[in-house]
Amino acid sequence: MSSVRFHTLVVRVENKPGVLARVSGLFARRGFNIESLAVAPTDNDLFSRITIVVDAESAPLEQVVKQLNKLINVVEIQELSPEDSISRELILATVNVEEGREDQIMREIESFEANVLSVGDQKIVVSLSGTPEIVNDFEVVLETYEIVEVQRTGIIALSTITS
Amino acid sequence: MQTNGGKALMKNLEAQGVELVFGLPGGAILPAYDPLIESSIRHVLVRHEQGAGHMAEGYAHATGRPGVALVTSGPAATNMVTPLADAMLDSVPMVCITGQVASGAIGSDAFQECDTTGITMAVTKHNFLVTDAEQIPQVIHDAFYIATTGRPGPVLVDIPKDLIDANNPVSQFEDYEPSGHDLPGYKPETEPNPQEIQDAAKLIFQSERPIIYSGGGILKARAAEQLKDLAELLDIHVVTTLMNRGGFPDNHPLALGMPGMHGNYTAITAIQQSDLLITLGARFDDRVTGKVDAFAPDAKVIHADIDPAEFNKVRSADVSIQGDVGRTITELIKAIKQMGETESHPDRSAWKSQISGWNEKFPLVYDDWQAGEGLKPQHVIEQLRDNTPDDTIVASGVGQHQMWASQFWSFNHPYTWINSGGLGTMGYAVPAAIGAKAGKPDRMVWAIDGDGCFQMTNQELVTARLENFPVKIAVLNNGYLGMVRQWQELFYDKRYSEVHLQSDLPDYKMLAESMGCVGIRVESPEEVKPAIEQANEINDRPVVIDFRTESSENIYPMVPAGKSNSEVIVHPSQGNEK
Repeated sequence: MSSVRFHTLVVRVENKPGVLARVSGLFARRGFNIESLAVAPTDNDLFSRITIVVDAESAPLEQVVKQLNKLINVVEIQELSPEDSISRELILATVNVEEGREDQIMREIESFEANVLSVGDQKIVVSLSGTPEIVNDFEVVLETYEIVEVQRTGIIALSTITS
Repeated sequence: MQTNGGKALMKNLEAQGVELVFGLPGGAILPAYDPLIESSIRHVLVRHEQGAGHMAEGYAHATGRPGVALVTSGPAATNMVTPLADAMLDSVPMVCITGQVASGAIGSDAFQECDTTGITMAVTKHNFLVTDAEQIPQVIHDAFYIATTGRPGPVLVDIPKDLIDANNPVSQFEDYEPSGHDLPGYKPETEPNPQEIQDAAKLIFQSERPIIYSGGGILKARAAEQLKDLAELLDIHVVTTLMNRGGFPDNHPLALGMPGMHGNYTAITAIQQSDLLITLGARFDDRVTGKVDAFAPDAKVIHADIDPAEFNKVRSADVSIQGDVGRTITELIKAIKQMGETESHPDRSAWKSQISGWNEKFPLVYDDWQAGEGLKPQHVIEQLRDNTPDDTIVASGVGQHQMWASQFWSFNHPYTWINSGGLGTMGYAVPAAIGAKAGKPDRMVWAIDGDGCFQMTNQELVTARLENFPVKIAVLNNGYLGMVRQWQELFYDKRYSEVHLQSDLPDYKMLAESMGCVGIRVESPEEVKPAIEQANEINDRPVVIDFRTESSENIYPMVPAGKSNSEVIVHPSQGNEK
């Protein structure tokens, strides 16, 4: 087993009421910690895809996977290793920009290739999608301003294409 | 042909081979009780829903068929939580049907509404909330399939009232026979992997001090015969956990009995000192391992289980074999026979003589009765054992009496021991015994209960009397929550806190008689056997014997909680420095 602390699990589940509660309930009950969780339907409306970043310090990953597998509505679990997967996260943030720093923040937004979604009086709403690391870096930059509100989606991930 | 949800529910229960359900009607489930009148299914009317749940469990333990409970919404569903949790921890196949408020009222805090599927999610193998009457045949089909395959367990089906109400248009649908299961996430694998079988066989041939550590999975897989074949082929001793008592005959020369916190010295120590645990359908429960880090420190582990989540959960395995444990043993026997043509194992005679030495030095013992004392509970159990048929089914509650029953009974047949192992549910014995008798009416069924346990569920003796299940209940009445009292004596400096129940209240004899049972009180040793013989003769109603036992009696051996099995405390008369 890997010694990496955070593991990304992609869990394909039946798209039925209560499935998310079963998954999150299992994590709570067995003391497994969730770092982030993203869930949405897939191209096949019978199934949803949950991307869970698990803190393997709270429990061995093998147990997490095997207990998840016991849920009847869980169809398939894939562990994505950082080397062989692409992960993305989206951040939305509203930031107060004090007078005189407007140009600075615009340059920083540009360098991250982030988007400006709304502009007001000394206020700006920005978004960025990228790897969790880049999103982290961007959030650190935004913190040098005054963050009014921030929301991250949690990671979603896919395998890279191997030829 | 048009049908409705209520009719379809009964029809599909019948199609599953259900002959008996344990239940109690109420508002939301009422429409199901109407077609029940025409059904071939016999309904046993309980006095409390918890009783229905444990009866279903007792029935399942005794027969191997899934037990079925039928109750209403809200408080009935919450009363079912304990039996479901019990069945979950002991892997008991069980299907529970609960009524729910009408579809349109769900979420409105309606009368007798609770979030049954939400509440029972963690205590069921799976649960269903039916949202369309048409789902009923398929859901019942799936529920029984899930409950009885793979690692068995409880399944709950929650059905809103309108969907089973014959007078409601939403309950109508075109009838159909469910075929197959649309359960893409449920594919229980029963076939062991041949490579793992080979690896396990190799470890067995290398081992000098092997032990077979057999658990409840043996009984669930109906693999007692295979286990015996394996043990005899290998000439290796077998320990049977609390959940596998009867899964290997206690009167067999290779039987070592129960390991664990109150196991016997030999079973505990043989595991502790072995170099190979051949673990078959057992799960390294904390009551077996004691302190995990110090458990069987020199042992390699073969772990065979139907549930792969058990591998490496508590103790890491050197070879893990997923599959039906009966199939696993069969394949293992083949592999061993084949390997035996070319290989041989180290000399095990020293190990064997060590085991027989422990057995001689540390048998299960108790002090002789002294005038003025209450009855020795161990003596009562020995008398019960010796004065009942060999295939008597014994149900027990939870506590000292349970451990004494497991220790002093001789379980020579599978499916003769019914108890709450994992959850430790006090009050289990009376309803579980009734469920067992319902499933095996021709067998003698005794419950060995404690006075604390008996007071939790004895109302079901009314059910037993009226439904004609003549079970026999031996209450080992020491007037205490005995196991708790023992812990307070040993670990809390004899500071007894809220453990005294008082032997005379209720008056067990009168209580039994008030419920239409025969009540007998036994206070002196010479009355024990005649009372048992009297009870054995009574077959038209239940019998309760109030055995007044000694309240200061402790159960030994004992591995204190959190301690290593090497620190087992034996009976004081056997000394404690070995």
